[in-house]
Amino acid sequence: MSDPVSALHGLTVEGSVRVEDLAPRGMITLRGDLSDATVSDALARAAGLAVPDRRGIAVEGEKRLAWMSPDEALLILPRARLAATLAGLTETLASSHALAADMSDARALLRLTGEDAALREVLARLAPVDMATFATGEIRRTRLAQVACAFWMPAPGTVEVICFRSVARYAFDLLAQAAASPRIS
Amino acid sequence: MLILTCPCCGVTAEETEFHGGGEAHLKREGPGSDDAALEGYLFHRENPRGVHFERWRHVYGCGKWFHAARDTATLEVFGTYPAQSTRPPEDLLETIRAKRPGWRWRDLA
Ligand SMILES: [Zn+2]
Repeated sequence: MSDPVSALHGLTVEGSVRVEDLAPRGMITLRGDLSDATVSDALARAAGLAVPDRRGIAVEGEKRLAWMSPDEALLILPRARLAATLAGLTETLASSHALAADMSDARALLRLTGEDAALREVLARLAPVDMATFATGEIRRTRLAQVACAFWMPAPGTVEVICFRSVARYAFDLLAQAAASPRIS
Repeated sequence: MLILTCPCCGVTAEETEFHGGGEAHLKREGPGSDDAALEGYLFHRENPRGVHFERWRHVYGCGKWFHAARDTATLEVFGTYPAQSTRPPEDLLETIRAKRPGWRWRDLA
């Protein structure tokens, strides 16, 4: 099998906010009623993380477990663990009304690093989100200019953004340009 | 600009994160309906100046549909409520009655 490559081959722009395209990770989308204990227990066991509450995201190392909607969760994990995790989840949920799918190649994962206020301003320029109140542990599905995205802050000084792989270059350029423009606040 | 709160994910955002889905609480008329009922289902809409009930979708967010009550003249949003409703919740109707005495919309008042 050929080796996975990220959408932008690790493209990076340095500046007061650094924007980078991250190496490919495994991404599993789970569709199913997250309020159903069978579904959420299976997910928590597969992820090794507690299922987050509404609009929450759990972070541990390279793993992320995100609440995407009342019936959708996204598990991001190291690529090497993808196949076994997906197989395990599928087996556990065999008799549930739920579906786990490998979506690793559907999305790009970008990372912004820099001073907290600068990161918030970059996002505030592109997304209709009140960045003054956005907190670590929260995931926000929204838009960056004209494309759908989701972002979260895994730790202070870092923001991770996912978007569809087909618009990765557009999203990257938006973020890089917003990061390069002079600060207002 | 409308500021809507999605009842599914709880996000409050301006309207560009959402997509309007037209008038709320339409009853589908299909095979077996007479011509007048089908015509009404397809074409007749309220188009009020004032209180209105609509469907909206949180298209850039959680992806879910929901209902919203708003004033088409002032753009004030009275509230949002789940898509799984055949009529607006009573507390929302009370809010509208307090703010817009004498309003009417179809058989609601
Ligand atoms: Zn929503």
